[in-house]
Amino acid sequence: MAIADTTATDDRVADRPASAKKPMRLFRNLMPKLALTPMALTAVVVFLGGTIWTVVYSFTSSGLLPRLDWVGLEQYDRLWSTTKWIVSIQNLALYGFLSLIFTLVIGFTLAAMLDRKIRGEAVFRTIFLYPFALSFIVTGLVWQWILNPDYGVQGVVRSLGWESFTFNPLNNPDIVMYGLLIAGLWQGTGLIMCIMLAGLRGIDEDIWKATRVDGIGTVKTYVQVIIPMMRPVFVTSVVLIASGIIKLYDLVVAQTSGGPGISSEVPAKYVMTAMFGGQNLGQGFAASSMMLLGVVIILVPWAFLEFGGRKKRV
Amino acid sequence: MSDIGMLNTVKAAEDPVRRRLDSGPRGARPKRALSRGNIILYGTLLVVSLYYLLPLYVMIVTSLKGMPEIRAGNVFAPPMEITFQPWVKAWAEACTGVNCEGLSRGFWNSVRILIPSVILSITIACISGYTLSKWKFKGSDLFFTILIVGAFIPYQVMLYPIVIMLREVGNTLGVQLFGSLTGLVLVHSVFGMPILTLLFRNYFASIPDELFKAARVDGAGFWGILFRIMLPMSLPILVVAMILQVTGIWNDFLFGVVYTRADSYPMTVQLNNIVNSVQGIKEYNVNMAATLLTGLVPLFIYFVSGKLFVRGIAAGAVKG
Amino acid sequence: MAEQHSVEIRHLDLDFGAVKVLQDLNLDIHEGEFLVLLGSSGCGKSTLLNCIAGLLEPTDGQIFIKGRNVTWAEPSDRGIGMVFQSYALYPQMTVRGNLSFGLKNAKVPKAEIEKRVNRAAEILQIQPLLDRKPGALSGGQRQRVAIGRALVRDVDVFLFDEPLSNLDAKLRADLRVELKRLHQQLENTMIYVTHDQVEAMTLADRIAIMKGGQIMQLSTPDEIYNRPRNKYVADFIGSPSMNFLDGHLENHVFKRGDLVMPMTGYEFAAPKVADRKATIGIRPEHVITGELVQGAPVKSEILVDVVEPMGSDTLVWGNMGDRPFRLRMDGNARVKPGERLPIGIDPSRASLFDASDETRL
Repeated sequence: MAIADTTATDDRVADRPASAKKPMRLFRNLMPKLALTPMALTAVVVFLGGTIWTVVYSFTSSGLLPRLDWVGLEQYDRLWSTTKWIVSIQNLALYGFLSLIFTLVIGFTLAAMLDRKIRGEAVFRTIFLYPFALSFIVTGLVWQWILNPDYGVQGVVRSLGWESFTFNPLNNPDIVMYGLLIAGLWQGTGLIMCIMLAGLRGIDEDIWKATRVDGIGTVKTYVQVIIPMMRPVFVTSVVLIASGIIKLYDLVVAQTSGGPGISSEVPAKYVMTAMFGGQNLGQGFAASSMMLLGVVIILVPWAFLEFGGRKKRV
Repeated sequence: MSDIGMLNTVKAAEDPVRRRLDSGPRGARPKRALSRGNIILYGTLLVVSLYYLLPLYVMIVTSLKGMPEIRAGNVFAPPMEITFQPWVKAWAEACTGVNCEGLSRGFWNSVRILIPSVILSITIACISGYTLSKWKFKGSDLFFTILIVGAFIPYQVMLYPIVIMLREVGNTLGVQLFGSLTGLVLVHSVFGMPILTLLFRNYFASIPDELFKAARVDGAGFWGILFRIMLPMSLPILVVAMILQVTGIWNDFLFGVVYTRADSYPMTVQLNNIVNSVQGIKEYNVNMAATLLTGLVPLFIYFVSGKLFVRGIAAGAVKG
Repeated sequence: MAEQHSVEIRHLDLDFGAVKVLQDLNLDIHEGEFLVLLGSSGCGKSTLLNCIAGLLEPTDGQIFIKGRNVTWAEPSDRGIGMVFQSYALYPQMTVRGNLSFGLKNAKVPKAEIEKRVNRAAEILQIQPLLDRKPGALSGGQRQRVAIGRALVRDVDVFLFDEPLSNLDAKLRADLRVELKRLHQQLENTMIYVTHDQVEAMTLADRIAIMKGGQIMQLSTPDEIYNRPRNKYVADFIGSPSMNFLDGHLENHVFKRGDLVMPMTGYEFAAPKVADRKATIGIRPEHVITGELVQGAPVKSEILVDVVEPMGSDTLVWGNMGDRPFRLRMDGNARVKPGERLPIGIDPSRASLFDASDETRL
């Protein structure tokens, strides 16, 4: 290559003996490696190792103590023939579906209303969001009290003269999940409202000017222009809501304890009972592995949609 | 899975909230102060606000009533005769099982859990985030990807293996980890790690590399750069992380129930045991006073920290 | 070693994954020299500077500073000071704190720190700013502080990474002159990375033009401008850039259609260059116009397309046959678009390149 070695013409290139040896790869920058050890251990041992451990032991007959005694899919067979698990799954499906829809609709509607240049926006925002600061235990207990049949909503309406009024979700197996839903929405919609509001603020104001010049109505603008533009915000919201739904546990414990009967059981509670209450570890492992599978089914398509296309560009 | 992409999305969830909430409303300008649309708008917002405020109101009025008044009236009626007896009872006398020391024990347990957990989790996450952004080495991003994916795994999957780990490590070291506050502190630090590490990593990544290089040329090492250069610039993110951890750990129920014993239960667990205990007559006023007491710490943080809280939860909401 | 080199780079390679950022790079920098690394973005010039500073680990090769092998030494142990494009001042420290941070890390005694900070502040005329925070300084003041931070450390080699790029044009010109003065005063070795050829030409003792992780040419500014070693360097240096015309070299005569140019006065690289396809390069400012065309060695003409009066001179964009051709004329030249403009060419000031490997003939 005539081009590359042109340096040699101006200055002699003399090779010197290398007086410094390249240090060993492992020990170079030792401190960062040491500093990252707690986090690396957490990631690999607790998160990865713990997950694999649970999945592996879900194929054993572990009862009071974990035992490596293979029984194949027996725990899963038992799981899916247990009424309580089936009820848990149905409850979660119902709660999850309604919670997702209502959280998105309420969250977006509130955000859109707050985005209309109103007075007292900060006050409203504070009011809608404060429940999110409270724990599910507090949430569940408050709503348990408000929905109390004697002194709560039902009692108040009856005392106003409507004697036959019935609204007693926490004691009615058919509608108990709606009782939980009311509390869950109260606690969680504020967050989604906040995220949606941030999304709305991120939309170029010129879009609004353009739709006004074009004479498109406000509602139509939201539905046909703004919402499609906010797709990433909706995706983030859905992931947040969905991962919250699968965790549903504290709220049930506090508000209904799974009752009446088993009518408000949820998978997370099933796992807890099997593992720490029923000395039935194998069931707990199988049930939690099913929860993991649920997350994978939700997250993998999302990850694929979000990052599959982006990867190609890099 | 491209972790960079995921991080951007996660960051996108947090970032705009911070920036855009400051920029004020942007929708079309309302035409007149009292147009029909405006009446509907404000009317709806006020009604919805009532729904959100109702539980707080109910908690407060119930906790200030005597039991006879509660039985005579309804949950929404304001107290005719204000009494602080339920608060005193909830704090000092309420019973869980045979134990009648009130919520105060749970409160102090929670404080004892909270302080070391917040310090430990933020310290580890801060150092990890700093390493991941400025001292990357081969494989460091892989650990981070595992950590972030791990954040989406339901806690139930990891609960039991952690019981075993705590027991084994405790036995080896000759200390009690499982069933003790120390163990719970470790668990909180572990589960707080993904989101906090992400938070710090993104923050430190936004500090220009040239500043880091300048400090290296000036002879500052790994810790010198962290303590002398990076940390003095990190106050906002430390506050966000603290808000996130204080509310998260205070509100935790699951880990408290699994990893501690009755005498070291945090406040939420004790509250649930008090309220949902089956024996005795239900003292609704005491229950609501206890509930409100448990909620006071996060509510205080919320009302004091304002916009920083929004940043904190927007980031924290991603935590699986 | 007969001659003392300040910095020597031997067979340096750096790969980022599959991308070779530096390839078998060799470079010797003299004691007290002002060397500019010049190139377009992505050519590897900043990477090379970061390797010299110790902020990037090379994949292979060696770096010597003052005869000492520093390939694996910490940045602070190399006897270098560095100035960054974004100033990189520590925002929470005062100017004094910024200047003394490195010295404190090196455990220099307090009195000595005080002395050196004051001396640097005096040289750079920033004494009144010593107790301010960087946030309260202007861009130019910040860059002075950044230079001061390198100055206090009493180093052998100064490294500059595009230090003037963030400043506006006027300030840039001022600081350029000041940097030159500073170099004359301190007589340190300075290595300066830039993509701005004006900075390179005005500051450098020697310029290294880089492309694709290799050095294309390492010479004095004059040599680089007048005798570019290949077509890339010729094209890169000069604004507007050199005109290139393809043709044939036959018996030391360049021919292109009816343009016949005997290369009298041109210094060929070899006494006898064989006939071949060749490209001739003519700088716009070397084109002869006006009355002088009569006496020019070679005459031709162009069809004027666009005229850009710049005040001090006039740029003319035209076509010679089917090829675009630019030239620079006097500021008060009167030329109109569509006009046929006679021009003259002096072969001794042109550059001739091999058409296939693009090296200078």
